[in-house]
Amino acid sequence: MSIQSSVEVQTEWGIVSARQAGRNLAKEIGFGGVDQARITTAISELARNIYLYAEKGEIVIEAVEETRGTQKKKGIKITAKDRGPGIKNIREVMEDGYTTSGGLGAGLPGVRRLMDDFDVDSVMEEGTTITAIKWLR
Amino acid sequence: MAESKELLHDQYANILRAYLEEQSEQGLYYAQQFSKRVLEEQISPEEVVSLHLEVLEEFFPDLPKGAHESFELLLEVMMGYGLAYREHQSLRDKTKELEAEINVAANMQQTFLPDEIPHVNGLDVGVLSVPASKMSGDYYHFVKDDHDCVGLAIADIIGKGIPAALCMSMIKYTMDSYPEQRLQPGALLENVNRVVEQNIASNMFITMMYGSYDSRTHQFNYAGAGHEPGFYYKAAEDTFEELHAKGIVLGIKRNTDYKEYQLTVEPGDFVVLLSDGVTECRTDDGFIEREAITRLIRTYQHLPAQEIVNHVFYELERAQGFQLRDDFTLIILRRNV
Repeated sequence: MSIQSSVEVQTEWGIVSARQAGRNLAKEIGFGGVDQARITTAISELARNIYLYAEKGEIVIEAVEETRGTQKKKGIKITAKDRGPGIKNIREVMEDGYTTSGGLGAGLPGVRRLMDDFDVDSVMEEGTTITAIKWLR
Repeated sequence: MAESKELLHDQYANILRAYLEEQSEQGLYYAQQFSKRVLEEQISPEEVVSLHLEVLEEFFPDLPKGAHESFELLLEVMMGYGLAYREHQSLRDKTKELEAEINVAANMQQTFLPDEIPHVNGLDVGVLSVPASKMSGDYYHFVKDDHDCVGLAIADIIGKGIPAALCMSMIKYTMDSYPEQRLQPGALLENVNRVVEQNIASNMFITMMYGSYDSRTHQFNYAGAGHEPGFYYKAAEDTFEELHAKGIVLGIKRNTDYKEYQLTVEPGDFVVLLSDGVTECRTDDGFIEREAITRLIRTYQHLPAQEIVNHVFYELERAQGFQLRDDFTLIILRRNV
């Protein structure tokens, strides 16, 4: 599978398109209803971060595969890239209870819990890239 | 994981089937028990919604149009609760971790305080120190030398909790470093003041009272650094006097002199030292009066010193509805008749 879609996030419409693209691919890969909702929620949170703090950026959604021995596993990978101001203190942002958008449990710690793999890379004044993967069980 | 999910699925199917057959209170009770079970298994709300839909579709394969879709919407709405639930779990774990850490620190802090009250012939000593939370900002200290001279200190670090507790070690080590001044309260406070002034932030203050008692001459010498005045009970006159010592709070001015006071302790006389947690007890009627404390002490005066402080603490704790607002330390030193 080499399906990949990229959605520009500039307006709330972009958030909805990113959700839609994520849900479609998640369904195709074989995720169940609850996991589909988790993946789209994660995409929503990441896209909202771009919309609120970076103004412009993109969400890339792709199917991924990993082989470990004889076991092959499939998953969905979300990459959120922006050229915003960057995150000054990543550890602080990853802490529960730290919130600027005022959501209980939301924000980056929420995304990390919804997904399996999670990585943040941020350079001040250049931008932030967040990747998150959920594996199909 | 998959196994326990199947188990939960079967359990829920049974509960729902029974309830659909007969809407009894018992059925609802089972549902309540089930909700405890899913919480124990840390199942988030969106999974419960999905479980309900799954079971419902097994029971009624031909759900009316829109029913399935409505659950998709509910599932989405529950996602926020799911996130909040997970955050709650992780914050709860973190609280436990912090609590364990503080317990270790509180145990360590206990080692700064004397293990036991020194026994001196002709002297009856009672001490009680209770922190408002786990760590205390009150400090007390006893030493006895080979000539049956006793040094005793009480200090209150302004502020409560961990920052105050961290300061306490400094006072202890400073006092341990000047053993030759144990019988010179004024000089001892001058030294402690120098160390405190150099080592703590300008917004932290420590009040302290230090006294020494020579059991050969029955002289009680003391000096104070802005500390809550204690009391001196004169047995001959059956009166309480303020044990006031002039002196600036520790940590403000580098070179400070502390005036030394002297009392001759007669049989039956006693010295009361306390922290402001004792005098600043707040009841519904406001702060208690200092006279209320001497009245309480009077009530239990016939008892040994340790029992007096225990009773006074209990009465004051009770007056505040068993909630301490500040660290509490009370010391009584009495010359036996």
